[in-house]
Order: sequence, then C-alpha cells, then structure tokens
Amino acid sequence: MLIIDCPYCGKRPEIEFRYGGEAHIARPADPAALSDAEWADFLYNRTNPKGLHAERWRHLNGCGRFFNAVRDTTSDFFVATYKSGEKRPDVQEIAR
Amino acid sequence: MQRFSGLALLRRALGGHQGWQPQWRNPDPQPEYDVIIVGAGGHGLASAYYLAKQHGIRRIAVIERGWLGGGNTGRNTTIVRSNYLFDQSAALYDHSVKLWEGLSQDLNYNVMYSARGVLMLAHNHHDVQSFKRHVHANRLNGVDNEWLSAEECRAFCPPLNISNMRYPVLGGALQRRGGTARHDAVAWGFARAADSLGVDIIQNCEVTGIRRNAAGAVEGVETSRGFIGAKKIGVSAAGHTSVVMSLAGVRMPLESYPLQALVSEPVKPAFPCVVMSNTIHAYISQSDKGEMVIGAGTDAYTSYTQRGALHVTTHTLDAICELVPQFRRLRMLRNWGGIVDVTPDRSPIIAKTPVSGLYVNCGWGTGGFKATPGAGHVFAHTIAHDEPHPINAPFSLERFRDGVMIDEAAAAAVAH
Repeated sequence: MLIIDCPYCGKRPEIEFRYGGEAHIARPADPAALSDAEWADFLYNRTNPKGLHAERWRHLNGCGRFFNAVRDTTSDFFVATYKSGEKRPDVQEIAR
Repeated sequence: MQRFSGLALLRRALGGHQGWQPQWRNPDPQPEYDVIIVGAGGHGLASAYYLAKQHGIRRIAVIERGWLGGGNTGRNTTIVRSNYLFDQSAALYDHSVKLWEGLSQDLNYNVMYSARGVLMLAHNHHDVQSFKRHVHANRLNGVDNEWLSAEECRAFCPPLNISNMRYPVLGGALQRRGGTARHDAVAWGFARAADSLGVDIIQNCEVTGIRRNAAGAVEGVETSRGFIGAKKIGVSAAGHTSVVMSLAGVRMPLESYPLQALVSEPVKPAFPCVVMSNTIHAYISQSDKGEMVIGAGTDAYTSYTQRGALHVTTHTLDAICELVPQFRRLRMLRNWGGIVDVTPDRSPIIAKTPVSGLYVNCGWGTGGFKATPGAGHVFAHTIAHDEPHPINAPFSLERFRDGVMIDEAAAAAVAH
C-alpha cells in the first residue's frame, strides 16, 4: 500500500485517498468554439505516460480536499505532492 | 512445421522424444516487411496468423520487446465468454467464441479450450433485473445465456454458499459456451502456426520510434535492433499502447492500470465452472493444473509497475472465502499484476488511426484474453484491406469524437 503525503494532513495510507486522473487539464474557456475532435481530446485523450505523471488525488477519508501529485508510473514513487492551483514543481530536478 | 498427432507422438516416443523440432524460429529481422505487428502477445500473434493465412500476406514480422506471450497473455485469468449487453459487443465477442470452438484443430495445437460454463451471480434486486436483461439481450443476439435460480446455481456449482452470507445469492446468469482456455498455449499455438506460414517473430526487440515520410504515412519502425521498414504497422501493445502510439504522435483515449490476479496451491478438481460476482467482487475458476485462479480488481491509479496493492487482492479473497467457505484453508501461491489499457467506455479500439498505414488494436481493459482469436481475425482484415471488418467497424477511434460509445462499463463481468 502506498503512503501518500497529503499537503494538508501529512502522510496517510492509500486507502484514505481517491485517484482523480491526470492533472492540469484546463477546461476550455469557450467549449462551443471547439471542434468535435478538440472537445473529444479534452474529454477523453490522456497522456498516460510511462514515467513521471502529474495527477489529481483527493483525501476523501481525511480532509476531503483535492491536491496534485507527481508520481513515477514505473515505480509508483511519489516525487512530490502540492496544493491545487500551485504550479507543477520542477520534478526532473527533484527526481535527481 | 511438424504436425502434432497421436501417431506423431507415438513415433517420437519410440525415438526417445529426440526428434522434436523447435516450434518456431528465432530469426534476425529483415530490412523490410509488408506488415509489422508491434507486440507478440496473443492478439498480435493471432493478427499475424490471420494476415498470413487468410489474406495471403507473406512478409510479416511480429516485434516484441520481451518474449512472446510474456505480457498480459501470460497474466490473465483465462476466461472466455461472450455474454455482453450491446449488439456490437455481442457480435465481436461471439465471433471470438466461435473461433475458440475450432481453434485447437485450426492451429494443430491444444489450446485447452474448455466450455465449462461461466456463471455470473446476482446478490441484489438490481443484479437480478440487470442480469435478466442481459439474458434476454444475449438471446436476441443468438448468444446463449440463461437465468438460474439460487438453488439451480448451487446445483450447477456445488461448492457455492448461496444463503449463509452477507449478500445471499439470488440467482445467476449462466453462459454454457463460456469457459477457460490455456493462456500460454494460445500464444504458443498462434506463434507456431504463424511461424510455419513464414511470419518472423522477433523477440527482445523494442520499438523505439515510428518513422513517417513527408506525407505522414508510416515507413517503418526504429528498434533496438535497427530500422525495420514496413508500409503498414499494426500496434497490439496492450498496456503500452499509449507509449507506442506517442512515437507516432497519436494521443489515445487510454489509461493504463494494474490488474491483479493470484492462484492458490493446486488441489484436486473441486470447482467445476467459472464463477464471477460483480457485487461482492469474486472471480474464480480452477485451472486444469488444479490451481484456483482468482482475478482481483484494478488499482485506482494508472501505473506500469505490473504489481498492485495488497488491499486489492485481500478484498476479493474476503468475498471468495464467504462465497466458497471450503477455500478458506487454501493457501495462495502467487500473485502478480498486468497492465491493462482502459478506454472511457470500456470497449476496445480496433481501428485505423489518423496516421496512414498505422493501425491499432487496444483498449481491451480487463477482458482481452477472451477476444484473442476474434480480435486478431478482424484486426488482420482491417490491416489487409485498409478498412475495418463489419464486426469491428463500430470499435473505431472516431466514436469518441462522434459520441457513439459502446458503453459496456456497467455490463462487464467485474466492476472496473
């Protein structure tokens, strides 16, 4: 089981959290202006990288708040967690 | 290819079994092929086999990063069934079941397909209504499926506890043509048959790039063993599809999750069929070797680690201990994870892509093994004709753009 460092509560076991998918996907400002293909790209296409992945988590059975994390999908190692609204940290630097 | 038969076995036995040949070659890659399949799992090998056998294409290579059948083909729980709700899915999966029924003869290789029945248990009112709807929808599509009462479920599968539990069994849907097959034998059988038709299976060769010409069409693949040319490339890379497709700049509606499975110590025949339950999340059958083969759920987060969290497996073991109390004393031997590529509507993608000459067979999520021959068959058709077969035409990439999903998410056997 993973230990996840909630930016609000500290380190807690994985079962307290819910996964929220890829982070930093901004909802288009004017959806009606998009083509069907662009809208589908926003809704469905995902980076799904093998390596560092910025993703959303929610501390459901804790503070209940959403936050972001950068995790290595080849090892499940959490490189960083940070509050929603903050910029993605320079994880290449941290990973080193 | 040495054909297998009783007589051949007897002849080799008299020779002390010294006369057997390797079942496939281990060739060096040629500079160019007509078609390259990326991924030598069951799906990729089946695609190559049907391309060679039914479409007369001779220069085919299957390129594999590891060893053939070493990914999800060797990691699944070997269940075959076709009791899907929607017309498009029923057509696709039943196409596959029909191929399973004659596959051992077709390949001259015993894939140990055993139609022992797949029983899906209902534990609440919603299950009962939903499964009866499935039964009716399946029968309208010519797919066998029947409703059993709780007592009939226990008569069909005596080890089941149907009443003395938190969520008693209220009935079940039984597909008698469903069952199991030997997963490794499927990969080996297709590999041997494809190889005998001249297909080069190139193992330990990782695709590191997809080369495209000025017009954008594919020209071949860069690999760890150099460039290999081909005008047509079929990607059949399961959990790594997003990674391979990104080499051609194609974004996919896929996320890769670990799906776990485990087996018990082998015991004498004790469990006659496949039993699955959405509601309490049990998923179990007995292999011919005697192990109880148990499927757990996916982990919550995307990953490429081929392992998963222990609480996911203990969750399914809790359910199995209650559903089949005699298994409480079984010891579990091994557990492992495979990486499954999940689409937003939980239906696969077998289609052309925006890149000319690039085709993809992916998105099988937690249930690709059952479709191995059928998916290979229609994917081969799609590559050979540059047009989908009528069966896989609805399973396009464009369905996400056009909103024509095949929403099997709630209809599949185990909760995703």
